[in-house]
Amino acid sequence: MNRIDQLFQAKKDHILNIYFTAGFPNLDDTVTIIKTLDHAGADMIEIGMPYSDPMADGPTIQESGSKAIANGMTLSTLFQQLKDIRKETQIPLLFMGYLNQMMQYGVDKFLQGCTAAGIDGLIIPDLPVDIYESELKDKIAGSGLHIIFLITPQTSEDRIRKIDALAGGFIYMVSSASITGAKSGISDEQTKYFERVNAMNLKNPRLIGFGISNHQTFETACQYADGAIIGSAFIRHLGQNQNRVQEATREFVEGILEKSEA
Amino acid sequence: MNYLVDEKGFYGDFGGAFIPEMLHANIEELRNHYMGIIYDPDFQDEMQDLLKNYVGRPSPLYHAKRMSKHFGTTIYLKREDLNHTGAHKINNTIGQILLAQKLGKKRIIAETGAGQHGVATATVCALMGLECIVYMGEVDIARQAPNVSRMRMLGAEVRPATSGSKTLKDATNEAIRDWINNPTDTHYIIGSVVGPHPYPDMVARFQAIISKEMRWQLKEQTGSELPDIIIACVGGGSNAAGAYYHYLDEPDVRLIAVEAAGLGIHSGESAATSVLGSKGIIHGSRTLLMQTDDGQIVEPYSISAGLDYPGIGPMHAHLIDSGRAEAVSVTDDEALDSAFLVTRLEGIIPALESAHAFAAMDKIKYNADDTVVINLSGRGDKDLSTYIKKLDQA
Repeated sequence: MNRIDQLFQAKKDHILNIYFTAGFPNLDDTVTIIKTLDHAGADMIEIGMPYSDPMADGPTIQESGSKAIANGMTLSTLFQQLKDIRKETQIPLLFMGYLNQMMQYGVDKFLQGCTAAGIDGLIIPDLPVDIYESELKDKIAGSGLHIIFLITPQTSEDRIRKIDALAGGFIYMVSSASITGAKSGISDEQTKYFERVNAMNLKNPRLIGFGISNHQTFETACQYADGAIIGSAFIRHLGQNQNRVQEATREFVEGILEKSEA
Repeated sequence: MNYLVDEKGFYGDFGGAFIPEMLHANIEELRNHYMGIIYDPDFQDEMQDLLKNYVGRPSPLYHAKRMSKHFGTTIYLKREDLNHTGAHKINNTIGQILLAQKLGKKRIIAETGAGQHGVATATVCALMGLECIVYMGEVDIARQAPNVSRMRMLGAEVRPATSGSKTLKDATNEAIRDWINNPTDTHYIIGSVVGPHPYPDMVARFQAIISKEMRWQLKEQTGSELPDIIIACVGGGSNAAGAYYHYLDEPDVRLIAVEAAGLGIHSGESAATSVLGSKGIIHGSRTLLMQTDDGQIVEPYSISAGLDYPGIGPMHAHLIDSGRAEAVSVTDDEALDSAFLVTRLEGIIPALESAHAFAAMDKIKYNADDTVVINLSGRGDKDLSTYIKKLDQA
């Protein structure tokens, strides 16, 4: 069974999914960050494939990607870094990146690389569900990887149902109309949207992302979904602690979780 | 073959709308309404009135006799440089501002490289009294100061794009992000035939007036609506799309797409996308673009700030890929020489972008009895400092 499905079977709330950009702050931090996130209590990890033009991301993630590319990060390097990761950890791992990166690497070769490394799912924000269905569904679904789609407060009910039918693993519920790292906190309008989606009885669990940055927003998000995704806040923290990545990773996760349990 | 967009938004294998879910509602709204709005008779009346009395259309089709003699063939210039604001860009912004009003949008955003599209957008926003925010790369703001001042005088806010390479592609990313953050009240006026469907098709339709006029103007002056050759420069490709549009299904009319070779195609400092590019996704469209082996988008180079876009519109990718259009590339130096040649032969100072189109005359085969139309997409005022540098070197 896919590790993402195992996780959602075993744990029904407070799932903490952390995003980091591969190759940031230093080229070889990838494995350290993954292992430390796992030990510190994260439940799932999104590994960002750094991209020159990340349309859905805000400046924090874009800058971390530029730095990672300057550090020499490529998809080949990333696969190389991850070749033995499954000897170290069984935490669910997702790749997040843009379709152009997959296309240039070669879709088949990319999917083979993912399965060989033990990647469990993909988030490709500029791959709309319609094009996934017409062009890539057979390949991606056939590879055993889950494809995770985003929904927003503007996504219609029909479209959410279509996404739910095609998605695997979970649905990424974007908390507001925004890019990553743009807004903070959760408003009444947003909670109404979360409640509306929850009432739809979707087959996939939901994680809330965008605007989750600390224990408080994590706790709030967990009231309306199975868990939440934190990206930009972690990248900012790593950026401020480039020479102590392991400690910074641990203290960040502990900060989110400890305070949420208190 | 069909050279226009299909019902799914593709030109052959190119085009489409590769957009994050956050943009889906905006793009869907446009896709569902643009054709109905554009071809509504009241909309057409309003647009034609503005194009005639505000922009100054039809733009002349001028028989360039001294140039014709110089090259030994018959050359006509389509004078888009005589439009209000000095380039073809306003054809599109007039159309899109009217569309934005019909959609009930209150706030306009745009990207700009050299500043021509930014000025054309700021102009129509002033005309309609709408809020206008133009994203422009920090690097471009520094090197295109006069256009920045024009936009400000017109009441637009010019926001620097400080991410990535701080040029046109980054300004486009920033505008897209603004739209994601402001999904309901904002219309994004894209300046070229790029971006997710329906933008390439919509912008091409607004620019198609160029070739629509060419047909009757040529008929009037030569007796035939059909030239033998149409030459236009291509960055994203909006002036070329307009100049080709009503000739796409006339196989006897050769379409020449002139790209900027910069310092030379293989110099590492070039913007010749059809030669150096490969299939990929940029700004929501599957097209040809310049990128590394790892799929990172490359910053192109050209002396002309209007041609240094790392992709080309999906319609052009399809036209070139299918052999309907021929791609030609022209270096900085060739374009500069051409700009001086045209200026001295015809008393017309062309934009550096358009100078690339003229330089293609030295690269293509033609016959003495051919009729060649060169789309003179813009005037050269904005490029005077570059031209003066060249004069001082001579």
